[in-house]
Amino acid sequence: MAVRADLVEAPKTVLVMEELTAYYGKRMAIEGVNLAFPSKAITALIGPSGCGKTTLLRCLNRIHEAAGNGRVSGRVLLDGRDIYASEVNPVAVRRRIGMVFQRANPFPTMSIGEDVVSGLRYAGGVRSKARLREAAERVLRLAFLWDEVKDKLNHPGTSLSGGQQQRLCIARALATDPEVLLMDEATSALDPIATAQIEELMISLSGHYTIVAVSHNMQQAARVSTHTAFMLAGAERIGRLIEFGETNQVFTRPRERQTEDYITGRFG
Amino acid sequence: MTGAASLGPEGAVAPRRSNRAVRRFWSAVGVFAAALCSGIAASTLIVIIGYVITQGIAAINLPFFLEVPRPVGMTGGGVANGIVGSAIMVAIAALLATPVGVLTGIYLALFGRGAAAEGIRFLADVLSGVPSIAIGLFAYTVFVAPFKHFSALSASIAFAILMLPIIIRTAEEALRSLPSTIREGALALGMSLYSATVKVILPAARPAIVTGLLLAVARVTGETAPLLFTAFGSQFWELNPTNPMAELSLQVFTYAISPYDDWHRQAWAGALVLISVVFLINVFTRVALRTPTGR
Ligand SMILES: Nc1ncnc2c1ncn2[C@@H]1O[C@H](COP(=O)(O)OP(=O)(O)O)[C@@H](O)[C@H]1O
Ligand SMILES: [Mg+2]
Repeated sequence: MAVRADLVEAPKTVLVMEELTAYYGKRMAIEGVNLAFPSKAITALIGPSGCGKTTLLRCLNRIHEAAGNGRVSGRVLLDGRDIYASEVNPVAVRRRIGMVFQRANPFPTMSIGEDVVSGLRYAGGVRSKARLREAAERVLRLAFLWDEVKDKLNHPGTSLSGGQQQRLCIARALATDPEVLLMDEATSALDPIATAQIEELMISLSGHYTIVAVSHNMQQAARVSTHTAFMLAGAERIGRLIEFGETNQVFTRPRERQTEDYITGRFG
Repeated sequence: MTGAASLGPEGAVAPRRSNRAVRRFWSAVGVFAAALCSGIAASTLIVIIGYVITQGIAAINLPFFLEVPRPVGMTGGGVANGIVGSAIMVAIAALLATPVGVLTGIYLALFGRGAAAEGIRFLADVLSGVPSIAIGLFAYTVFVAPFKHFSALSASIAFAILMLPIIIRTAEEALRSLPSTIREGALALGMSLYSATVKVILPAARPAIVTGLLLAVARVTGETAPLLFTAFGSQFWELNPTNPMAELSLQVFTYAISPYDDWHRQAWAGALVLISVVFLINVFTRVALRTPTGR
C-alpha cells in the first residue's frame, strides 16, 4: 500500500471491543461482540441489512447513546482505556474517533471553507484564521477535493455534488486529527464514479488511520479492506459477530458456514 | 394500480368499468366541492379586504399618519400616537417573549422527553387557546391593579404571553424538522452539545424560528381585547411604557363605537393600516425567509 508523504504519522492506536451489547430502549440490537480492530488498516463490516452494523459502528464513538434511547454495555478500549468508563467524556472520545455518515451531511448554513474546519474550530478551539485556512487546504487536499473547490470555498457545502459533499465530510472528519475513522456505507448514495473516488481515498488513508467501514457491497469490502468482520442477526433480530479475519481469508476460505452462505449470495 | 387487475379473468372486466365510472363521478364531485369551498373562503377574504380598502382609503392621508387625535367633535387629526404605541408595545413584547420562547423550544426539541417536557407542551397548547381577554385580565390583575396605574408595559406582557406558545411551537418544530444527521454530524466532530446547538443547529433552524417570531408578531398586532384594561389608550403622544399609551387597534375600537362620521372613517383607515401591516409581515415571511438551503 502506497504511503502518503502528505500525512502526519498518527500514533499506533489500538481499538478493541469487548463483550459489547447495544440496546434501543429495552430491545437488544447487537450482543456480545468481541473484536480487535487492526491498527492503521481498513476493517470492513459486512452483513445483511438490519444485522446491526450501523449500531456497532455508532458504539465506537459513543454517538449511539446521543440519539435518545441508545444504551450500551461492555467495553470499548482505545489504547487500553475504556471509552465507556464513567470518568470519560464522550465529547473527548469523539475528537479522537471521526465519523462519516451514510448520507453526506454538510452543515446547511456553512460555506465549504467553514464547514471543513468546523470541528477544528468549535470542538478543537482553534481560532486563528491563518491556522484554520491552512488546515482547510491540508485536509481538502487529503480528501482529493482541493482542486475542485479551491475557487469556491465561500460557496455553501450543500451546493456540491453528492460525491464532493461526502469527500468534504471526510475532510472535515480528518481536520481534527483523529486516530480512528468510522465510515457507515459512505458510498451507498453515490454514483459509480464518485464511489471509486471515495474508495481510492479510503485506500490512500488506510496506512495512516485505523478505519472501520461498514459496506453494503461485498465487492467494495473485498477491494478496499485488509480485514473483514461478518455480522448476522438470527430470528430474534439480535446481531452477532459471526466471523472476523483477513479479508482474503474471509472471502476465499470462510471458517463459518453462515459466512460462506452470505458471500456466495445464498441469502442477504 | 389497475394493471394487474385488468389482466384478470374476463368476468372481472364489466364490473370494473362501471366501478371506474362511479369512482370518476365521486372524484369529480370531490374536486368540485373542494374548489367551491376554496372559492368561498377566498372570496370572503377578498370581500372583507376590498370593503376595508374602499371604506378606509378616503381617510388615509398624511395627517392621518403624522398627527395625534383631535379633541372629540373636531374633524381631522390622525393616529400617529397609536401607530407608534403599537410598535413600542409589540417590540417590547417580542423582546420579552423571544428569549423565553426560543429557549423553551430548544429545550423541548433537544431534550424534550419525559413528563416535564410533555407538561410544557400541554401548557403551551392550552395557552394558545386561552382567549386574549382572559390574558388581558390576568395582566390587569398582576401588573395594573397593584399599581393602580394603566401602562403600556402591562399590555406588552399580555402580548408576550400571547406570543409565547406560537414561538415555542414553531421553534421546536424548526429544530425537530432538521435531519438528525446534522446534529449527529456536529457531535461526531467532538463538539459539545452546546457548541453543536449554537454553531450548527440553531443557524440551520434560524429562518424557520424567525418565521415563527414574525407570525407571533402578526398575531398580536391588531389584538384589542387585552389592551382595554392594560394600555388603556391615550389621546396624546406618550412614549413612556410605564404610562397608559395609545394603540392603533384600540383607537379603531374607540372610533368605531363613537357617534362621529369622521371618526368612523378613521376607524376604517386604522383597520386598513392594521390589515396592511399583517399582510406585509406575512408576505415578508414567505418571500424573504425561504430557507437558503432549500434547493
Ligand atoms: N433508532 C432505532 N430505534 C430502534 N431500533 C433501531 C434503531 N436503529 C436501528 N434499530 C434496529 O437495530 C437493528 C440493527 O440496525 P442497524 O444497526 O441499522 O443495522 P444495519 O446497519 O446492519 O442495517 C435493526 O433490527 C433495527 O431495526
Ligand atoms: Mg446501516
